[in-house]
Amino acid sequence: MRSSVIVFPGSNCDRDIAVALEKMQFKNQMVWHKETRLPKSDLIVVPGGFSYGDYLRSGAIAGKSLIIDEVIKAASSGCLILGICNGFQILTETGLLKGTLLRNKNLKFINKDVHIKVINNNTKFSNKYKKNQTLKINIAHNEGNYFTDPKHLEKIIKEDQIAFKYCDEKGNITKDSNPNGSIENIAGIFNDKKNILGMMPHPERMVDKIISNEDGVNLFSSLLN
Amino acid sequence: MKFSVTVTLKKDVLDPQGKVVQNTLVNMGMNNLKSIRQGKYFEIEVNESDNEIAEKKVDEMCKKLLVNLIIEDYKIFKN
Repeated sequence: MRSSVIVFPGSNCDRDIAVALEKMQFKNQMVWHKETRLPKSDLIVVPGGFSYGDYLRSGAIAGKSLIIDEVIKAASSGCLILGICNGFQILTETGLLKGTLLRNKNLKFINKDVHIKVINNNTKFSNKYKKNQTLKINIAHNEGNYFTDPKHLEKIIKEDQIAFKYCDEKGNITKDSNPNGSIENIAGIFNDKKNILGMMPHPERMVDKIISNEDGVNLFSSLLN
Repeated sequence: MKFSVTVTLKKDVLDPQGKVVQNTLVNMGMNNLKSIRQGKYFEIEVNESDNEIAEKKVDEMCKKLLVNLIIEDYKIFKN
């Protein structure tokens, strides 16, 4: 499987995701944001970081970069797109995913391992997970508080577009296990066609037992499946 | 032609920064403070002499980049 990782000034998880993809046998290429053509890709990753120093709004400037037009084109022809953390924020700014990510409710940058629950395991991104499986994955963000209008929220619930929800260790979705104030404890969502996933947690940080755990591995093996 | 634009969070959207500023002012003794919402302010100069065209351009700038219409409202003022 061929993957491309888009790199912006201020991206800082681009190499982590490249390491994870290569470990999982993806043929990966890095693509600078000023490029106007994408290499042939089955998967495009918009990585985490602080593109353009979060100027204006997180992801706002990157969302208007040259390469993004190509990403939008690829998305509409069915290419798989994964946005992690700042990548998720960028995807909402481009309109590829609806809703937005507000400042964390407690106004603090949160960097810790949290638990998330697999809500929909019937997608290209999640088919190797079990439904309702609990994963321990790292989050590191200041704006991760997912917000959308009630109509869209109703739609994503009805059409199974919620990928992951924050939960406690036992898998209970509670107010206390919501780290950032996200509506409905949402940690990741799909678009209508489910070829785009945006998520705040970092699966690429969870692919090695020595430094963390391997709870992120199945996201990548799902893509290869 | 010069314009200024203010961008504020919609009234249903939680504004934690505004809330903290508000609480701090109350703690400082500003008892009659009712509410504070924090926003952004842009000063924009457009190379255009036609008022209507210039304002339209500024409106386009707001819609396309300066404002996230899901959570923010904006007002354009001619200076």
